[in-house]
Amino acid sequence: MSVDWTIVPQFLPQLFKGAKMTIYITLVGLAGGMIIGVIAGLMRAYGNRLLNFIALVYIEVIRGTPIVVQVMFLYFALPVLASIRIDPLSAAIIAIIINAGAYIAEIVRGSLQSISPGLREAGLAMGLPRWKVLALIVGPLAFRRSIPPLGNQFIVSLKDTSLFIVIGVGELTRTGQEIMASNFRAVEIWTAVAVIYLILTGTLTLLLRLIEKRMRIL
Amino acid sequence: MSMIEFKQVSKHFGDLKVLDEVDLNINEREVVVLIGPSGSGKSTLLRCINGLEMITGGDLVVDGMSVLSGNANLREIRQEAGMVFQQFNLFPQLTAEENVAFGPRHVRGLSNSESLRIAHELLDKVGLAEKKKHLPSELSGGQQQRVAIARALAIKPKVMLFDEPTSALDPELRQEVLNVMQRLAEEGMTMVVVTHEMSFARQVGTRLIFMENGKIAVDGKPQEMLVNPTNPRLKDFLRHVE
Ligand SMILES: Nc1ncnc2c1ncn2[C@@H]1O[C@H](COP(=O)(O)OP(=O)(O)OP(=O)(O)O)[C@@H](O)[C@H]1O
Ligand SMILES: [Mg+2]
Repeated sequence: MSVDWTIVPQFLPQLFKGAKMTIYITLVGLAGGMIIGVIAGLMRAYGNRLLNFIALVYIEVIRGTPIVVQVMFLYFALPVLASIRIDPLSAAIIAIIINAGAYIAEIVRGSLQSISPGLREAGLAMGLPRWKVLALIVGPLAFRRSIPPLGNQFIVSLKDTSLFIVIGVGELTRTGQEIMASNFRAVEIWTAVAVIYLILTGTLTLLLRLIEKRMRIL
Repeated sequence: MSMIEFKQVSKHFGDLKVLDEVDLNINEREVVVLIGPSGSGKSTLLRCINGLEMITGGDLVVDGMSVLSGNANLREIRQEAGMVFQQFNLFPQLTAEENVAFGPRHVRGLSNSESLRIAHELLDKVGLAEKKKHLPSELSGGQQQRVAIARALAIKPKVMLFDEPTSALDPELRQEVLNVMQRLAEEGMTMVVVTHEMSFARQVGTRLIFMENGKIAVDGKPQEMLVNPTNPRLKDFLRHVE
Protein backbone atom coordinates (compact mmCIF):
# COMPACT_ATOMS: atom_id res chain seq x y z
CA MET A 1 0.00 0.00 0.00
CA SER A 2 1.57 3.31 -1.09
CA VAL A 3 1.25 6.53 0.87
CA ASP A 4 -1.77 8.50 -0.30
CA TRP A 5 -2.39 11.86 1.38
CA THR A 6 -5.65 12.43 -0.44
CA ILE A 7 -7.40 10.06 1.94
CA VAL A 8 -6.75 12.38 4.91
CA PRO A 9 -9.46 15.05 4.32
CA GLN A 10 -12.30 12.56 4.53
CA PHE A 11 -11.24 11.66 8.07
CA LEU A 12 -10.66 15.22 9.24
CA PRO A 13 -14.16 15.76 10.66
CA GLN A 14 -13.74 12.65 12.77
CA LEU A 15 -10.24 13.70 13.87
CA PHE A 16 -11.46 17.21 14.74
CA LYS A 17 -14.13 15.66 16.91
CA GLY A 18 -11.39 13.77 18.75
CA ALA A 19 -9.33 16.96 18.97
CA LYS A 20 -12.33 18.75 20.46
CA MET A 21 -12.54 16.09 23.14
CA THR A 22 -8.81 16.46 23.83
CA ILE A 23 -9.22 20.23 24.18
CA TYR A 24 -12.22 19.80 26.43
CA ILE A 25 -10.45 17.38 28.80
CA THR A 26 -7.35 19.58 28.84
CA LEU A 27 -9.18 22.86 29.51
CA VAL A 28 -11.48 21.57 32.23
CA GLY A 29 -8.68 19.46 33.72
CA LEU A 30 -6.20 22.35 33.80
CA ALA A 31 -8.77 24.79 35.20
CA GLY A 32 -9.35 22.36 38.06
CA GLY A 33 -5.64 21.61 38.28
CA MET A 34 -4.88 25.31 38.67
CA ILE A 35 -7.34 25.62 41.56
CA ILE A 36 -5.99 22.52 43.32
CA GLY A 37 -2.40 23.49 42.48
CA VAL A 38 -2.68 27.03 43.83
CA ILE A 39 -4.32 25.79 47.04
CA ALA A 40 -1.76 23.02 47.57
CA GLY A 41 1.10 25.37 46.62
CA LEU A 42 -0.08 27.96 49.16
CA MET A 43 -0.37 25.22 51.77
CA ARG A 44 3.22 24.22 51.04
CA ALA A 45 4.56 27.78 51.08
CA TYR A 46 2.58 29.30 53.95
CA GLY A 47 0.65 26.53 55.68
CA ASN A 48 1.23 25.29 59.21
CA ARG A 49 2.85 21.91 59.71
CA LEU A 50 -0.33 19.90 59.21
CA LEU A 51 -1.45 21.68 56.01
CA ASN A 52 2.08 21.46 54.68
CA PHE A 53 2.18 17.74 55.36
CA ILE A 54 -1.17 17.06 53.70
CA ALA A 55 -0.07 18.94 50.58
CA LEU A 56 3.28 17.19 50.56
CA VAL A 57 1.73 13.71 50.73
CA TYR A 58 -0.66 14.57 47.89
CA ILE A 59 2.14 15.92 45.72
CA GLU A 60 4.51 13.03 46.32
CA VAL A 61 1.87 10.33 45.78
CA ILE A 62 0.85 11.87 42.45
CA ARG A 63 4.37 12.62 41.26
CA GLY A 64 5.50 9.16 42.27
CA THR A 65 2.93 7.25 40.19
CA PRO A 66 2.25 7.21 36.43
CA ILE A 67 -0.84 9.02 35.20
CA VAL A 68 -2.03 5.84 33.45
CA VAL A 69 -2.07 4.07 36.81
CA GLN A 70 -3.90 7.02 38.33
CA VAL A 71 -6.68 6.98 35.74
CA MET A 72 -6.92 3.18 35.88
CA PHE A 73 -7.31 3.49 39.64
CA LEU A 74 -10.06 6.09 39.25
CA TYR A 75 -11.90 4.12 36.60
CA PHE A 76 -11.46 0.51 37.69
CA ALA A 77 -10.42 0.47 41.36
CA LEU A 78 -12.62 3.19 42.79
CA PRO A 79 -15.88 1.39 41.92
CA VAL A 80 -14.61 -1.65 43.81
CA LEU A 81 -13.26 0.28 46.79
CA ALA A 82 -16.02 2.81 47.31
CA SER A 83 -18.67 1.71 44.84
CA ILE A 84 -18.29 5.02 43.06
CA ARG A 85 -18.92 4.48 39.37
CA ILE A 86 -17.67 7.17 37.01
CA ASP A 87 -17.79 7.42 33.25
CA PRO A 88 -14.52 7.43 31.25
CA LEU A 89 -14.69 11.15 30.43
CA SER A 90 -15.08 12.15 34.09
CA ALA A 91 -12.25 9.80 35.05
CA ALA A 92 -10.05 11.43 32.42
CA ILE A 93 -10.85 14.95 33.60
CA ILE A 94 -10.36 14.09 37.26
CA ALA A 95 -7.05 12.41 36.41
CA ILE A 96 -5.78 15.59 34.73
CA ILE A 97 -7.02 17.71 37.64
CA ILE A 98 -5.24 15.74 40.35
CA ASN A 99 -2.16 15.04 38.24
CA ALA A 100 -1.60 18.56 36.93
CA GLY A 101 -2.59 19.93 40.34
CA ALA A 102 0.36 18.22 42.00
CA TYR A 103 2.89 19.56 39.52
CA ILE A 104 1.30 23.02 39.51
CA ALA A 105 1.48 23.04 43.32
CA GLU A 106 5.23 22.65 43.15
CA ILE A 107 5.46 25.42 40.53
CA VAL A 108 3.35 27.72 42.73
CA ARG A 109 5.39 26.96 45.84
CA GLY A 110 8.68 27.48 44.01
CA SER A 111 7.56 30.76 42.46
CA LEU A 112 6.28 32.13 45.76
CA GLN A 113 9.49 31.20 47.52
CA SER A 114 11.64 32.69 44.78
CA ILE A 115 10.31 36.18 45.52
CA SER A 116 12.77 38.08 47.70
CA PRO A 117 11.58 38.09 51.34
CA GLY A 118 12.55 41.76 51.46
CA LEU A 119 9.55 42.63 49.30
CA ARG A 120 7.21 40.85 51.68
CA GLU A 121 8.82 42.72 54.57
CA ALA A 122 8.47 46.02 52.75
CA GLY A 123 4.75 45.36 52.37
CA LEU A 124 4.31 44.25 55.97
CA ALA A 125 6.34 47.22 57.25
CA MET A 126 3.82 49.57 55.61
CA GLY A 127 1.06 48.07 57.71
CA LEU A 128 -0.53 45.88 55.05
CA PRO A 129 -2.23 42.73 56.33
CA ARG A 130 -0.55 39.52 55.22
CA TRP A 131 -3.23 38.54 52.71
CA LYS A 132 -2.82 41.89 50.95
CA VAL A 133 0.94 41.45 50.78
CA LEU A 134 0.29 38.14 49.06
CA ALA A 135 -2.46 39.40 46.79
CA LEU A 136 -0.86 42.69 45.74
CA ILE A 137 2.89 42.14 45.90
CA VAL A 138 4.17 38.58 46.18
CA GLY A 139 1.34 36.92 44.22
CA PRO A 140 1.62 38.96 41.02
CA LEU A 141 5.42 38.67 40.99
CA ALA A 142 5.25 34.93 41.58
CA PHE A 143 2.61 34.57 38.87
CA ARG A 144 4.83 36.30 36.34
CA ARG A 145 7.67 34.00 37.26
CA SER A 146 5.52 30.88 37.08
CA ILE A 147 4.32 31.38 33.50
CA PRO A 148 7.17 29.49 31.75
CA PRO A 149 6.98 26.37 33.98
CA LEU A 150 3.16 26.52 33.90
CA GLY A 151 3.25 26.60 30.12
CA ASN A 152 5.44 23.55 30.19
CA GLN A 153 2.98 21.74 32.46
CA PHE A 154 0.00 22.72 30.31
CA ILE A 155 1.67 21.14 27.29
CA VAL A 156 2.56 17.99 29.23
CA SER A 157 -1.05 17.68 30.45
CA LEU A 158 -2.42 18.20 26.95
CA LYS A 159 -0.28 15.36 25.67
CA ASP A 160 -1.08 13.20 28.70
CA THR A 161 -4.72 13.10 27.57
CA SER A 162 -3.58 10.69 24.84
CA LEU A 163 -2.96 8.09 27.55
CA PHE A 164 -6.68 7.95 28.31
CA ILE A 165 -6.91 5.70 25.29
CA VAL A 166 -6.60 2.97 27.95
CA ILE A 167 -10.06 3.69 29.34
CA GLY A 168 -11.61 4.31 25.93
CA VAL A 169 -12.15 8.08 25.97
CA GLY A 170 -12.76 9.27 22.42
CA GLU A 171 -10.02 11.87 22.35
CA LEU A 172 -7.66 12.52 19.46
CA THR A 173 -5.29 9.57 19.82
CA ARG A 174 -8.13 7.12 20.36
CA THR A 175 -9.88 8.52 17.27
CA GLY A 176 -6.72 8.04 15.24
CA GLN A 177 -6.47 4.49 16.51
CA GLU A 178 -10.06 3.76 15.48
CA ILE A 179 -9.62 5.14 11.97
CA MET A 180 -6.40 3.19 11.66
CA ALA A 181 -8.10 -0.03 12.64
CA SER A 182 -10.56 0.35 9.78
CA ASN A 183 -8.19 1.30 6.92
CA PHE A 184 -4.59 0.58 8.06
CA ARG A 185 -3.39 3.96 6.74
CA ALA A 186 -0.77 4.31 9.47
CA VAL A 187 1.48 6.94 7.87
CA GLU A 188 -1.31 9.28 6.79
CA ILE A 189 -3.43 9.04 9.93
CA TRP A 190 -0.65 9.25 12.51
CA THR A 191 0.91 12.16 10.63
CA ALA A 192 -2.41 13.96 10.69
CA VAL A 193 -2.82 13.23 14.39
CA ALA A 194 0.71 14.48 15.12
CA VAL A 195 0.11 17.70 13.16
CA ILE A 196 -3.10 18.38 15.05
CA TYR A 197 -1.27 17.91 18.38
CA LEU A 198 1.44 20.28 17.17
CA ILE A 199 -1.15 22.90 16.27
CA LEU A 200 -2.72 22.57 19.73
CA THR A 201 0.56 22.79 21.67
CA GLY A 202 1.84 25.54 19.36
CA THR A 203 -1.25 27.65 19.99
CA LEU A 204 -0.80 27.14 23.73
CA THR A 205 2.85 28.18 23.56
CA LEU A 206 2.00 31.27 21.54
CA LEU A 207 -0.71 32.29 23.98
CA LEU A 208 1.63 31.98 26.95
CA ARG A 209 4.34 33.96 25.17
CA LEU A 210 1.80 36.71 24.59
CA ILE A 211 0.79 36.84 28.26
CA GLU A 212 4.42 36.87 29.30
CA LYS A 213 5.23 39.73 26.94
CA ARG A 214 2.28 41.79 28.10
CA MET A 215 3.40 41.65 31.70
CA ARG A 216 6.16 43.97 32.78
CA ILE A 217 9.66 42.58 32.77
CA LEU A 218 11.24 42.30 36.21
CA MET B 1 6.99 63.09 74.64
CA SER B 2 8.04 59.44 74.50
CA MET B 3 7.65 57.89 71.07
CA ILE B 4 9.30 54.49 71.50
CA GLU B 5 9.79 52.78 74.81
CA PHE B 6 11.74 49.53 75.28
CA LYS B 7 10.99 48.00 78.67
CA GLN B 8 13.38 45.17 79.51
CA VAL B 9 13.08 43.94 75.93
CA SER B 10 14.64 40.59 75.09
CA LYS B 11 14.73 38.83 71.76
CA HIS B 12 15.78 35.24 71.26
CA PHE B 13 16.28 33.29 68.06
CA GLY B 14 15.98 29.79 69.47
CA ASP B 15 18.63 29.60 72.14
CA LEU B 16 20.47 32.65 70.84
CA LYS B 17 19.81 35.79 72.89
CA VAL B 18 20.11 38.70 70.50
CA LEU B 19 18.60 41.46 72.65
CA ASP B 20 19.30 41.28 76.34
CA GLU B 21 16.79 43.15 78.53
CA VAL B 22 17.14 46.42 76.68
CA ASP B 23 15.74 49.57 78.29
CA LEU B 24 15.50 52.51 75.93
CA ASN B 25 13.31 55.56 75.65
CA ILE B 26 13.19 57.54 72.42
CA ASN B 27 11.42 60.88 72.40
CA GLU B 28 9.74 62.76 69.58
CA ARG B 29 12.15 64.60 67.29
CA GLU B 30 15.16 62.61 68.42
CA VAL B 31 17.55 61.34 65.75
CA VAL B 32 19.04 58.22 67.27
CA VAL B 33 22.03 56.69 65.51
CA LEU B 34 22.73 53.03 66.31
CA ILE B 35 26.23 51.68 65.87
CA GLY B 36 28.02 48.54 66.95
CA PRO B 37 29.86 45.51 65.67
CA SER B 38 28.26 43.04 63.27
CA GLY B 39 25.84 40.75 65.06
CA SER B 40 25.44 43.04 68.07
CA GLY B 41 21.68 43.24 67.45
CA LYS B 42 21.22 46.63 65.76
CA SER B 43 18.94 45.39 62.98
CA THR B 44 17.03 43.22 65.38
CA LEU B 45 16.42 46.15 67.73
CA LEU B 46 15.12 48.21 64.81
CA ARG B 47 12.93 45.41 63.48
CA CYS B 48 11.37 44.83 66.88
CA ILE B 49 10.03 48.40 66.82
CA ASN B 50 7.68 47.66 63.90
CA GLY B 51 7.16 44.02 64.78
CA LEU B 52 9.03 42.52 61.84
CA GLU B 53 10.63 40.57 64.68
CA MET B 54 8.49 39.68 67.68
CA ILE B 55 10.04 40.39 71.07
CA THR B 56 10.33 37.39 73.37
CA GLY B 57 10.59 39.23 76.69
CA GLY B 58 9.58 42.55 78.23
CA ASP B 59 7.40 45.09 76.43
CA LEU B 60 7.85 47.60 73.65
CA VAL B 61 5.49 50.55 73.28
CA VAL B 62 5.33 52.69 70.14
CA ASP B 63 3.23 55.86 70.27
CA GLY B 64 1.22 54.43 73.15
CA MET B 65 0.65 50.99 71.60
CA SER B 66 2.39 47.80 72.67
CA VAL B 67 3.76 45.57 69.89
CA LEU B 68 2.25 42.70 71.88
CA SER B 69 -1.32 44.00 71.78
CA GLY B 70 -2.52 42.11 68.73
CA ASN B 71 -2.42 42.24 64.94
CA ALA B 72 -4.63 45.29 64.48
CA ASN B 73 -2.45 47.41 66.75
CA LEU B 74 0.67 46.04 65.13
CA ARG B 75 -0.54 47.22 61.72
CA GLU B 76 -1.32 50.57 63.30
CA ILE B 77 2.23 50.75 64.67
CA ARG B 78 3.65 49.85 61.27
CA GLN B 79 1.72 52.71 59.71
CA GLU B 80 3.33 55.08 62.17
CA ALA B 81 6.84 53.71 61.66
CA GLY B 82 8.18 53.89 58.11
CA MET B 83 11.07 51.58 57.34
CA VAL B 84 13.94 51.95 54.88
CA PHE B 85 15.96 48.82 54.09
CA GLN B 86 19.56 48.29 53.10
CA GLN B 87 18.46 46.59 49.87
CA PHE B 88 15.76 49.22 49.06
CA ASN B 89 13.14 46.50 48.48
CA LEU B 90 11.20 48.53 45.93
CA PHE B 91 8.40 46.64 44.21
CA PRO B 92 10.12 45.76 40.91
CA GLN B 93 7.00 45.64 38.76
CA LEU B 94 5.88 49.14 39.75
CA THR B 95 7.20 52.51 38.59
CA ALA B 96 8.66 55.00 41.06
CA GLU B 97 5.36 56.85 41.40
CA GLU B 98 3.41 53.59 41.77
CA ASN B 99 5.80 52.44 44.48
CA VAL B 100 5.28 55.65 46.42
CA ALA B 101 1.53 55.70 45.81
CA PHE B 102 1.21 52.10 46.97
CA GLY B 103 0.94 52.88 50.68
CA PRO B 104 -1.57 55.72 50.38
CA ARG B 105 -3.65 53.60 48.01
CA HIS B 106 -3.61 50.22 49.73
CA VAL B 107 -2.80 51.04 53.35
CA ARG B 108 -4.58 54.37 53.79
CA GLY B 109 -7.29 53.52 51.27
CA LEU B 110 -7.06 56.83 49.40
CA SER B 111 -8.22 57.23 45.81
CA ASN B 112 -5.83 56.56 42.94
CA SER B 113 -5.51 60.21 41.97
CA GLU B 114 -5.01 61.38 45.54
CA SER B 115 -2.36 58.66 46.07
CA LEU B 116 -0.52 59.74 42.92
CA ARG B 117 -0.67 63.38 44.01
CA ILE B 118 1.02 62.42 47.29
CA ALA B 119 3.57 60.35 45.35
CA HIS B 120 4.47 63.26 43.08
CA GLU B 121 4.85 65.60 46.01
CA LEU B 122 7.22 63.19 47.78
CA LEU B 123 9.22 62.30 44.68
CA ASP B 124 9.69 66.02 44.20
CA LYS B 125 10.87 66.27 47.79
CA VAL B 126 13.56 63.61 47.29
CA GLY B 127 14.57 65.22 43.99
CA LEU B 128 13.19 62.57 41.64
CA ALA B 129 10.15 64.23 40.11
CA GLU B 130 11.41 63.59 36.60
CA LYS B 131 11.94 59.86 37.30
CA LYS B 132 8.38 59.11 38.35
CA LYS B 133 7.64 56.86 35.36
CA HIS B 134 10.81 54.82 35.73
CA LEU B 135 10.94 51.25 36.99
CA PRO B 136 13.33 50.55 39.88
CA SER B 137 15.59 48.63 37.49
CA GLU B 138 16.01 51.83 35.50
CA LEU B 139 17.25 53.82 38.51
CA SER B 140 20.63 54.01 40.20
CA GLY B 141 21.00 52.60 43.72
CA GLY B 142 20.94 56.08 45.23
CA GLN B 143 17.80 56.97 43.31
CA GLN B 144 16.14 53.71 44.31
CA GLN B 145 16.86 54.38 47.95
CA ARG B 146 15.40 57.88 47.68
CA VAL B 147 12.25 56.41 46.13
CA ALA B 148 12.17 53.94 49.04
CA ILE B 149 12.35 56.83 51.50
CA ALA B 150 9.52 58.60 49.67
CA ARG B 151 7.52 55.37 49.76
CA ALA B 152 7.97 55.08 53.51
CA LEU B 153 7.04 58.75 54.01
CA ALA B 154 3.89 58.37 51.92
CA ILE B 155 1.96 56.66 54.70
CA LYS B 156 2.68 59.69 56.92
CA PRO B 157 4.67 57.94 59.63
CA LYS B 158 5.61 59.54 62.93
CA VAL B 159 8.92 57.68 63.10
CA MET B 160 11.35 56.61 60.41
CA LEU B 161 13.51 53.52 60.83
CA PHE B 162 16.62 53.16 58.66
CA ASP B 163 18.66 49.94 58.53
CA GLU B 164 22.02 50.74 56.91
CA PRO B 165 20.38 52.77 54.14
CA THR B 166 23.66 53.57 52.40
CA SER B 167 25.59 50.33 52.89
CA ALA B 168 24.58 48.85 49.55
CA LEU B 169 25.52 52.02 47.67
CA ASP B 170 28.71 53.07 45.93
CA PRO B 171 30.45 55.80 47.95
CA GLU B 172 29.63 58.53 45.42
CA LEU B 173 25.89 57.77 45.68
CA ARG B 174 25.68 57.84 49.46
CA GLN B 175 25.58 61.59 49.95
CA GLU B 176 22.37 62.12 47.99
CA VAL B 177 20.60 59.70 50.31
CA LEU B 178 22.18 61.16 53.44
CA ASN B 179 21.12 64.65 52.32
CA VAL B 180 17.50 63.55 52.07
CA MET B 181 17.75 62.01 55.54
CA GLN B 182 19.32 65.17 56.94
CA ARG B 183 16.52 67.32 55.56
CA LEU B 184 14.00 64.95 57.12
CA ALA B 185 15.73 65.30 60.49
CA GLU B 186 15.72 69.08 60.17
CA GLU B 187 11.97 68.99 59.60
CA GLY B 188 11.63 67.34 62.99
CA MET B 189 11.08 63.70 62.02
CA THR B 190 11.80 61.19 64.76
CA MET B 191 14.42 58.84 63.38
CA VAL B 192 16.27 55.68 64.38
CA VAL B 193 19.20 55.03 62.06
CA VAL B 194 21.54 52.06 61.94
CA THR B 195 24.57 53.24 59.99
CA HIS B 196 28.32 53.27 59.69
CA GLU B 197 28.30 56.89 58.45
CA MET B 198 30.03 58.63 61.34
CA SER B 199 29.78 62.04 59.68
CA PHE B 200 26.01 61.65 59.62
CA ALA B 201 26.02 60.62 63.27
CA ARG B 202 28.07 63.67 64.17
CA GLN B 203 26.22 66.23 62.07
CA VAL B 204 22.62 65.01 62.20
CA GLY B 205 22.33 62.65 65.14
CA THR B 206 21.02 64.01 68.41
CA ARG B 207 21.90 60.80 70.19
CA LEU B 208 24.33 57.97 69.62
CA ILE B 209 23.94 54.42 70.90
CA PHE B 210 26.73 51.88 70.81
CA MET B 211 25.45 48.31 71.00
CA GLU B 212 27.37 45.26 72.01
CA ASN B 213 26.15 41.66 72.47
CA GLY B 214 22.50 42.67 72.50
CA LYS B 215 22.98 45.37 75.09
CA ILE B 216 23.27 49.15 74.96
CA ALA B 217 26.89 49.70 75.95
CA VAL B 218 27.08 53.48 75.56
CA ASP B 219 24.27 56.00 75.09
CA GLY B 220 25.07 59.67 74.78
CA LYS B 221 25.67 62.79 72.69
CA PRO B 222 27.36 62.04 69.34
CA GLN B 223 29.85 64.88 69.72
CA GLU B 224 31.12 63.68 73.05
CA MET B 225 31.14 59.99 72.18
CA LEU B 226 32.92 60.45 68.86
CA VAL B 227 35.40 63.11 69.84
CA ASN B 228 36.34 61.68 73.15
CA PRO B 229 35.24 58.07 73.53
CA THR B 230 35.82 56.71 77.01
CA ASN B 231 34.55 53.16 76.46
CA PRO B 232 37.57 51.19 75.20
CA ARG B 233 35.55 48.93 72.92
CA LEU B 234 33.76 51.92 71.37
CA LYS B 235 37.17 53.47 70.83
CA ASP B 236 38.32 50.29 69.15
CA PHE B 237 35.14 50.12 67.02
CA LEU B 238 35.50 53.71 65.85
CA ARG B 239 39.08 53.11 64.81
CA HIS B 240 37.87 50.30 62.56
CA VAL B 241 35.03 52.28 61.00
CA GLU B 242 36.84 55.52 60.17
N1 LIG C 1 16.06 35.43 61.64
C1 LIG C 1 17.12 35.08 62.39
N2 LIG C 1 17.26 33.80 62.81
C2 LIG C 1 18.30 33.45 63.57
N3 LIG C 1 19.26 34.28 63.98
C3 LIG C 1 19.18 35.55 63.60
C4 LIG C 1 18.10 36.02 62.77
N4 LIG C 1 18.30 37.34 62.55
C5 LIG C 1 19.42 37.68 63.19
N5 LIG C 1 19.96 36.60 63.83
C6 LIG C 1 21.18 36.63 64.64
O1 LIG C 1 21.04 37.62 65.62
C7 LIG C 1 22.26 38.28 65.84
C8 LIG C 1 22.07 39.78 65.69
O2 LIG C 1 21.72 40.04 64.36
P1 LIG C 1 21.46 41.50 63.81
O3 LIG C 1 21.12 41.37 62.39
O4 LIG C 1 20.50 42.20 64.68
O5 LIG C 1 22.91 42.16 63.97
P2 LIG C 1 23.42 43.55 63.44
O6 LIG C 1 23.96 44.28 64.62
O7 LIG C 1 22.38 44.23 62.65
O8 LIG C 1 24.62 43.10 62.52
P3 LIG C 1 25.12 43.69 61.10
O9 LIG C 1 25.95 44.88 61.41
O10 LIG C 1 25.95 42.57 60.54
O11 LIG C 1 23.92 44.00 60.28
C9 LIG C 1 23.26 37.67 64.89
O12 LIG C 1 24.02 36.74 65.57
C10 LIG C 1 22.40 37.01 63.85
O13 LIG C 1 23.05 35.90 63.31
MG1 LIG D 1 22.14 44.66 60.57
